[in-house]
Amino acid sequence: MLGKGILKGLVETARNFFGSYAEKERLTTVQFPEERLVQPEAARVFPFLLYDTDDAEKGLRCVACKICEVECPPKCITIEKSTEKKPDYAGNYAGKPQFYPAKFSIDVSVCMSCQICVEVCPFDAIKMDTAFELSTDDRFGGLLWEKDRLTKSNEYYHLIHPTEAAEVDAQLAGKKAKAEAKPAAAAATTGAAAAR
Amino acid sequence: MSVEIAEDRMAELTGDPDSGQLLEISMGPHHPSTHGVFRMNVTLEGERVVRLKPVFGYLHRNHEKIAENASYLAAIPYTDRLDYLCSMTNNWGYALAVEKLVGIAVPERAEYIRVIVAELTRLQNHASLIGFLLQDMGASGTPLMYAFREREKILDLFESLTGSRMMCNYMRFGGVRVDTTPEWLEEVQALVSRFPQFLDEFEKLLTENEILMSRTQGVGILPRELAINAGVTGPMLRASGVNYDIRKVDGYGIYDRFTFRVPLGEHGDVYDRYMMRALEMHESLKILEQALREITAGPVIDPKTRLRGLRPKAGEAYGRIESPKGELGFYLISNGTTEPYRYRVRPPSLINLTVLEDMCLGRSVADIVVILGSIDIVLGEVDR
Repeated sequence: MLGKGILKGLVETARNFFGSYAEKERLTTVQFPEERLVQPEAARVFPFLLYDTDDAEKGLRCVACKICEVECPPKCITIEKSTEKKPDYAGNYAGKPQFYPAKFSIDVSVCMSCQICVEVCPFDAIKMDTAFELSTDDRFGGLLWEKDRLTKSNEYYHLIHPTEAAEVDAQLAGKKAKAEAKPAAAAATTGAAAAR
Repeated sequence: MSVEIAEDRMAELTGDPDSGQLLEISMGPHHPSTHGVFRMNVTLEGERVVRLKPVFGYLHRNHEKIAENASYLAAIPYTDRLDYLCSMTNNWGYALAVEKLVGIAVPERAEYIRVIVAELTRLQNHASLIGFLLQDMGASGTPLMYAFREREKILDLFESLTGSRMMCNYMRFGGVRVDTTPEWLEEVQALVSRFPQFLDEFEKLLTENEILMSRTQGVGILPRELAINAGVTGPMLRASGVNYDIRKVDGYGIYDRFTFRVPLGEHGDVYDRYMMRALEMHESLKILEQALREITAGPVIDPKTRLRGLRPKAGEAYGRIESPKGELGFYLISNGTTEPYRYRVRPPSLINLTVLEDMCLGRSVADIVVILGSIDIVLGEVDR
């Protein structure tokens, strides 16, 4: 019968229409600014720099090794290395003073959120943020983020990526223990040699 | 049909069916039917298409040259942006080429995860393609919204796994970036068991619809020989009745372990191409079920795999996969440095698009829109 297919289709749309009142699965719209979906933990938007302790300057993990600057696919990271060193807070190097970025900027209008900087960073110093409502009317300065805007505390990292942050902390603690054990062992051997 | 009517009237007016005035119109870029910045210079005689010249290049982003000036790792996020509906399969094609070039083995679990995400990609690509095709026919809204409702669930899964809905940047040469959680696999399982319900709904809504049938059956016929000669691949080739699926032919990854059918068309018209997509979704679900059942524990990437500063020996490799749109190939030549000497993408969309004129000749303008919709192009891949 001509029109049977159309009628079948109409039954289907009717079922979806009335079903949307009963079944949660059929009603998928979210009224965005008022209603919000929970972002998954893995969500990534733009990178930020991590610091330990309360001081964003002293506790900054970045040692200005420039690996992310080289590996960044769209080349949106610019780093200027400091001339002097500062004490190491993360404890990766058993307190040896480290360089730090005198200037660290990310052009977020160029950044493509690929998180390759996060993958290549050996110091767990750069991570992905989840904040996404970032529009600005200043398309030059407003999109070139400097160090002051990029640095976020470790607590913030724990807040947005709890599982991942806990893993990173455990890894860092392991590294620190190793680094502290090494000079102690070295001191012990040299002490033993001296005694001999 | 409209073609005969136009010819009759022409003959009535002029006494000669070939003496009508030709009208050249430019459809696109940014024509509502053209799926992005694509232009067609169409020459019409009455309503009948006598010549059609596709114009590409509005979305050219120099992808190949960028990748030739970047490290092997840095090219992966760029491949996401080729066919932006299917970033996972693009990643896989590129990773496969680098793996062939360097000779990296992929852990078993990573292979399973790759199959799972690739088949999920196929599901969401085909679902949205059917939605877009119906949108082009004037069924504005309903089928597309139903398709997007299902696509959204898959994209949510991608987001919780990789952090991004569309630009996944998930695969690495030698495996995948992060492991899946058991909860994620359960969610995939739940989606796979619910999906047939959506497919049934979709088919009830569309497959027997008389309007859909009259707009698509016998329209845009692509003969078997032409399809083979033009290098057409993917569902379009199979709709013309050629049994060629790289998952079967190459058995790349671990596809030789799964049992699935390759649906074949008979007429090579738009309706067959629509049916190919609908049937392939069923087969994808079969593969997904098997993969979810058989997935093994283990690492997803060898920690010793060198991602940064990879320096393959001089040589060349071609990695190809069955992307949802056809054969997606990456051709790499290495000269021993950290950057590929030559990087070439074989995009299925572009090559499938070359037969557009042959399918459109003699049809009306409204049919061009439907035929273009059935090819399944993404301009990010056509222009690169």
